[in-house]
Amino acid sequence: MSYSMWIILTASLVGLSCGLIGVFLILRKQAMMADGISHTVLLGIVLAYMVTQEVSGPAMLIGGIFAGILTAFLVQTLSSLKVRHDASLGIVFTSLFAIGVILISTSVGNVHLDVKHALMGEITFIPFTTMDIPLIGSIPKATALLLLVLLVVIFFIVAFYKEWKITSFDAALAASLGIPVIFFHYLFMTLVSVTTVASFDAVGAILVVAMLITPAAAAYLWTDKLIVMLFLSGGFGVLSAIIGYWIATWLDTSISGSMALATGCIFFVTFLLSPKHGLISRLVRPAELREEQEA
Amino acid sequence: MVSSVINVDDLSASYQKNKVLNDVGFEVKEGTITAIVGPNGAGKSTLIKTMLGLHPKLTGKVSFWGSSFKTAKKKIGYVPQRGSVDWDFPTDALDVVTMGLYGKIGWFRIPSKKDKEKAMNALKKMGMEAYAHRQISQLSGGQQQRVFLARALAQDAELYFMDEPLAGVDASTEKAIMTILKELKSNGKTVLVVHHDLQTVPEYFDHVLFLNKTVYAYGETEEVFTKDNIATTYGGDMQWVGKGDQYVIQSTSH
Repeated sequence: MSYSMWIILTASLVGLSCGLIGVFLILRKQAMMADGISHTVLLGIVLAYMVTQEVSGPAMLIGGIFAGILTAFLVQTLSSLKVRHDASLGIVFTSLFAIGVILISTSVGNVHLDVKHALMGEITFIPFTTMDIPLIGSIPKATALLLLVLLVVIFFIVAFYKEWKITSFDAALAASLGIPVIFFHYLFMTLVSVTTVASFDAVGAILVVAMLITPAAAAYLWTDKLIVMLFLSGGFGVLSAIIGYWIATWLDTSISGSMALATGCIFFVTFLLSPKHGLISRLVRPAELREEQEA
Repeated sequence: MVSSVINVDDLSASYQKNKVLNDVGFEVKEGTITAIVGPNGAGKSTLIKTMLGLHPKLTGKVSFWGSSFKTAKKKIGYVPQRGSVDWDFPTDALDVVTMGLYGKIGWFRIPSKKDKEKAMNALKKMGMEAYAHRQISQLSGGQQQRVFLARALAQDAELYFMDEPLAGVDASTEKAIMTILKELKSNGKTVLVVHHDLQTVPEYFDHVLFLNKTVYAYGETEEVFTKDNIATTYGGDMQWVGKGDQYVIQSTSH
């Protein structure tokens, strides 16, 4: 496979898994949590590096899961101690991120891990580090990791589809039915973490947030059905990856930056055109219908 | 001899360091409809949530049919406040009602055709079958409340907790809900309802629980629904608007 095909495939995998996870981030009103976790996984990755002394996929995943759950736990604890929930998140993620930054620059600074790479990602170099997988052949390590994470994400969404739906819509009812709401909260945070870690190499911490939130927010405006929203969001993620790559080659600029720009463009078009909630459909809707809806 | 369904003893709970329930104790008999009344901040919703284990308790014991909530939960239905969920969630009325069955469907299974039929029947009972596939944000407040009631009916429980089901609904919805409550009672089910409108208490409920952090009075409506009990429970937090022998009370804290 050609060099640019690998990049597009890798970016599409990021778009797909982030798009799926993003749907539940939006519906559970935890979009800011993604922002937090996308930063704190840096600490997890640094710790994993310090323990294993190498940049390897599985160790990074475990480190990321650890950091993600630690973030969720600390935010929960702080807000139960009467600190406002949004403030708790701000405190926890900046502190953990800062520890990660300090550790990178003092004890583990090297060519594989640096702050700029962590924030911006560098998808261009992904095809250079490959591994051999039986039957498939040689594929880039980051792509293999993303493929694995995508399968894990899809597995958990399908296996617990109705549990995700009920705990997102009505947690109180779910708890009264005996569904372990807290367990699903932490399982979800774990999924956000692994998705973020796997996407880290490709698009970097900051742009993971764009991929997690914007396609899902756009999908939310197109449909009234959860299952359709999942497909649309994943589709928008892949579309952003492809359009982003095209913009990047056209303007000869950062690939991940262009991909984030593409998610923004898709959202903007949605905001104007979506049939139910779009700006234009609201303007052209007959007056009597508008009154009925507002009543 | 009618057996007791709920036993609450010395229950207390706090909300962010403020004690909102203190030494709450009462016993509910089978086949009764109880109104839980009290001023704003009296801990009415917290009481229900604490009994169902949705809110941590500090002290005390709650038992259902003599056993813990965990063993009894399949026989208990809960209708949260309408405002507690996001009605912009991408789903339709039938799907929300089906959620009431998720506990019984079990892990790794999707709702079967039979489950959907059950949910549809519950919607029919609430006069909502025409709206089954309507997105839930497109429903009026009263219709949303009916969907919540239908969800509880689909659960087919023995004991129901309802948090302000009549708050902000239209007259026909109120009537529909009360018809269902009476039907539940005649089928021997037990219902506890957090209620805000004192005027309708004698007409709708056979038992009343006066709550303001602790129980001020509990018993049959005819016996305990007195001006005295209302005055002590609501304290200075209300004013009387005299209209013959009707109770017209306005809470001044709105």
